[in-house]
Amino acid sequence: MTKVTMTVNGKAVSAEAEGRTLLVNYLREGLGLTGTHVGCDTSQCGACVVHVNGKAVKSCTVFAADLEGAEVRTIEGMANADGSLSVIQQAFQDHHGLQCGFCTPGMVMSSAALLAENPKPSEAEVRHYLEGNICRCTGYHNIIKAVLAASGQDVPAVAAE
Amino acid sequence: MPKDTGIGASSKRREDVRFLTGKGLYTDDVSLHAQAHAVMVRSTVAHGRIVRIDTSAAAAMPGVLAVFTGEDFAAVGGNPAGWLINSRDGTPMREPKRPVLAHGKVRHVGDAYAAVIAETYQQAKDAAEQLAADTEIEELPAIVDMKAAVADAGNRVHDEIPDNLCFDWGWIEDNRAAVDAAMKAAPHVVTLELVNNRLVPNAMEPRASIGEYNPGTGDYKLTTTSQNPHLTRLLVAAFVMGIPENKLTVVAPDVGGGFGSKIYHYGEEALVLAAAKKLGRPVRWTAERTESFLSDAHGRDHVTKIELGCTKEGEILAIRTETLANVGAYLSNFSTATPTFLHGTLMAGPYKVPHVYVNVKAVFTNTAPVDAYRGAGRPEATYSLERVIDKMCRELNLDPFEVRRKNLLTPDQFPYTTPVGLVYDTGNYQATLDKAIELGNVAGFEKRAAESKARGKLRGMGLSTWIEACGIAPSHLVGVLGSRVGLYDAATVRVNATGNISVMTGAHSHGQGHETVFAQIVAERLGIPESSVEIVHGDTSKIPFGMGSYGSRSLAVCGSAMNKAVDKIIAKGKKIAAHMLEAAEEDISFADGKFSVAGTDKAKTFGEIAFSAYVPHNYPLETLEPGLEETAFYDPGNFTYPAGAYICEVEVDPDTGKVDVVAFTAADDFGNVMNPMIVEGQVHGGVGQGIGQALCENTSYDENGQLLTGSFMDYAMPRADDVPFYTVDHSCSTPCTHNPLGVKGCGEAGAIGTPPAVVNAVIDALHRGGMTHVTHIDMPVSPHRVWQAING
Ligand code: FES
Ligand code: FES
Repeated sequence: MTKVTMTVNGKAVSAEAEGRTLLVNYLREGLGLTGTHVGCDTSQCGACVVHVNGKAVKSCTVFAADLEGAEVRTIEGMANADGSLSVIQQAFQDHHGLQCGFCTPGMVMSSAALLAENPKPSEAEVRHYLEGNICRCTGYHNIIKAVLAASGQDVPAVAAE
Repeated sequence: MPKDTGIGASSKRREDVRFLTGKGLYTDDVSLHAQAHAVMVRSTVAHGRIVRIDTSAAAAMPGVLAVFTGEDFAAVGGNPAGWLINSRDGTPMREPKRPVLAHGKVRHVGDAYAAVIAETYQQAKDAAEQLAADTEIEELPAIVDMKAAVADAGNRVHDEIPDNLCFDWGWIEDNRAAVDAAMKAAPHVVTLELVNNRLVPNAMEPRASIGEYNPGTGDYKLTTTSQNPHLTRLLVAAFVMGIPENKLTVVAPDVGGGFGSKIYHYGEEALVLAAAKKLGRPVRWTAERTESFLSDAHGRDHVTKIELGCTKEGEILAIRTETLANVGAYLSNFSTATPTFLHGTLMAGPYKVPHVYVNVKAVFTNTAPVDAYRGAGRPEATYSLERVIDKMCRELNLDPFEVRRKNLLTPDQFPYTTPVGLVYDTGNYQATLDKAIELGNVAGFEKRAAESKARGKLRGMGLSTWIEACGIAPSHLVGVLGSRVGLYDAATVRVNATGNISVMTGAHSHGQGHETVFAQIVAERLGIPESSVEIVHGDTSKIPFGMGSYGSRSLAVCGSAMNKAVDKIIAKGKKIAAHMLEAAEEDISFADGKFSVAGTDKAKTFGEIAFSAYVPHNYPLETLEPGLEETAFYDPGNFTYPAGAYICEVEVDPDTGKVDVVAFTAADDFGNVMNPMIVEGQVHGGVGQGIGQALCENTSYDENGQLLTGSFMDYAMPRADDVPFYTVDHSCSTPCTHNPLGVKGCGEAGAIGTPPAVVNAVIDALHRGGMTHVTHIDMPVSPHRVWQAING
């Protein structure tokens, strides 16, 4: 066990980690940030996506010990400073882009990363980018709408209600 | 004008805020002081005799607190099947014991035969590996194929069941001869053999359970991923562990999807309770995804031969089916109802068919248990029926839209008693068909097909007109049919002294948005803001009773119970108001949140009445108890019958066999709609799962019973770029006639109506491309299968 220190959601934090401790376990068990979820054991589902140094990363694929000093952002750090929902979170609520909520943190983190890279993605680009995030509830329809809406595009024009 | 609050408004979901900010509380998020970790030891062979389990080395490993094997649970009860099905000859189904941990034999890959509890998860995992290495299992031949299973009396999943047959069920047996005669006399008979592919539900949250025990009081608590905590309590307490129900609290907090797979009680729930008692510490277990694949109840898995007798003009005269239904290695709680009463009773579809007979043989195999998965039995019935009708249209060169129209029941025929035992109360199937034709722009199809062709693609259009029986269920009826429980529900409406409200409902929300919708209904009825109503669910210590959420029952049954409790609140409020306003009770009316005296301007607000009920200074205490809280139990008078018409358009790449769903239209009748946004979301999700079943999802066991598709790398879940935007409509509404809200249920619709629409579209595309030799392709209609069919 060693102490690993990083910045999570703007705060310096440290917690114990073994060499084999994954970032997702460091966040969930070490820091009690349970918003990041584990949906699989093969790095396929995307429920665990967080941002590491500004990039979307599946937190089940990286060791915490390798991230000494990294900047990490999780779903708990996505709201506005006053606690209100950020544009992308609000779009997910407005467009009913979540049902059970289990895939949601990963979806929001992936979508935020997409919009940072590509502020006005097409429907096809959104679908393609979110290919690594599985949702069993929504049939994706409202997730795609939410992301397009968050990018400021006219949603009724692209998706039938 | 769409409403912005109350019944019929697309109120935004209040639960979203916690989910969007990482503040949901799923079972695995619960962390308890001094908790220990359980890891299950699972069979790696499909079928074997346990010769020896040497626990000594594992027990001595660092951090290990306890080891359990099947022996430890030999004296407690088994996890029972919820429905007793009788075979055609009147004998009851075969019902082998389903133990907490396998004992004597292991019966499928993933069958847990031991568990290790340790201080940390990693320690438990390491010791579980050791235990597996110290276990000797004599491998027996695996029984995987259903036809072989029933043919071979020597090779048995359960030693006491000679032909691996659970039951041989006929529905309705007395009709059999008449159906046979009608089939014989029919001018044309269409036959289709098909497979309804086995699916893994794969709710994104894996199953998890935490057991707690207080030695000072003898109280147990189980926190678990359940769609129905009361049912789980009943099963684990009364049937398995022998704990008095009042000594066990079951909490199902936020649950990350269920789709049926979290209805059932699983052995891990009993294990963590037993371990918590033994250790005096909380014991937790969370499935890895691989374990979910191996041990969650799977869905579907039918092999069916369907015959349809008709006139040359396409009038359906008779339907006869023979199905082998896989129940897997053990009977999961609903597994015997799913292929029978949720399947056979639907085999007339939305059509006027005089003669129907259904035969189902349920077969034990060395595979994971199979049970209800979104739709449960009804997708299987709908798929068989809508595929054979499509085949009829091709054989007789008839238009599939016109054939549906010719056979659909008409609105004047309700209530309609089907030949398979249901009474449809209301519907307008022509209206949904017309709506789908309009929204799907069927008139413009040829043009679109030409455009596809210009790009080298084959475009096809597929139709399904579906119906289901849900709102599960009238207790008397299901009792006659073999259910061992009632399927009513309960709710308490507690008006607090300051006028805000807590509703304790037996429904469980694991994605459906009950916290929002149920509050909309109460708010509308009582004339108060939605924000004044709180919905409490998922905790047996807080809720009077409930059978949970599945079978599209939450609103139709649990919502009706809640509505009934609101009636009682209003009735009591009128008594209080009559006293306060010095008027006769029958002169008091309640509207818009006010109790008023007819013909006067004298009135009391709901809040004033609530306050008076708790501060009864001016109150009829001699005749009326103080307080304002009412509980109601509601037993539905009938099933509900949502129905609809789905049109799918696909493009097939003739070179690769790849199928793309390019358009999908769903026109549904769900009766009254409480929150359109949520209803549409439910349809989207169901359609997505239906496309998944039709095109991608395949659960494959090899001949040794090894699951070849045991991870998301091998099992193709539908992803965002596998599906299009869907066009959904629910405007053709005929309200349910027997529940107070007029609701029918929408949760399963998409999963029921979609698969045949997709497959019919693929066949259509191939026929349009001249490949008329292709009469059927089994699901999933993968590129490989389509390519083979094209080139076969
Ligand atoms: S947990 Fe599934 S990808 Fe990380
Ligand atoms: S909302 Fe349930 S998995 Fe996406």
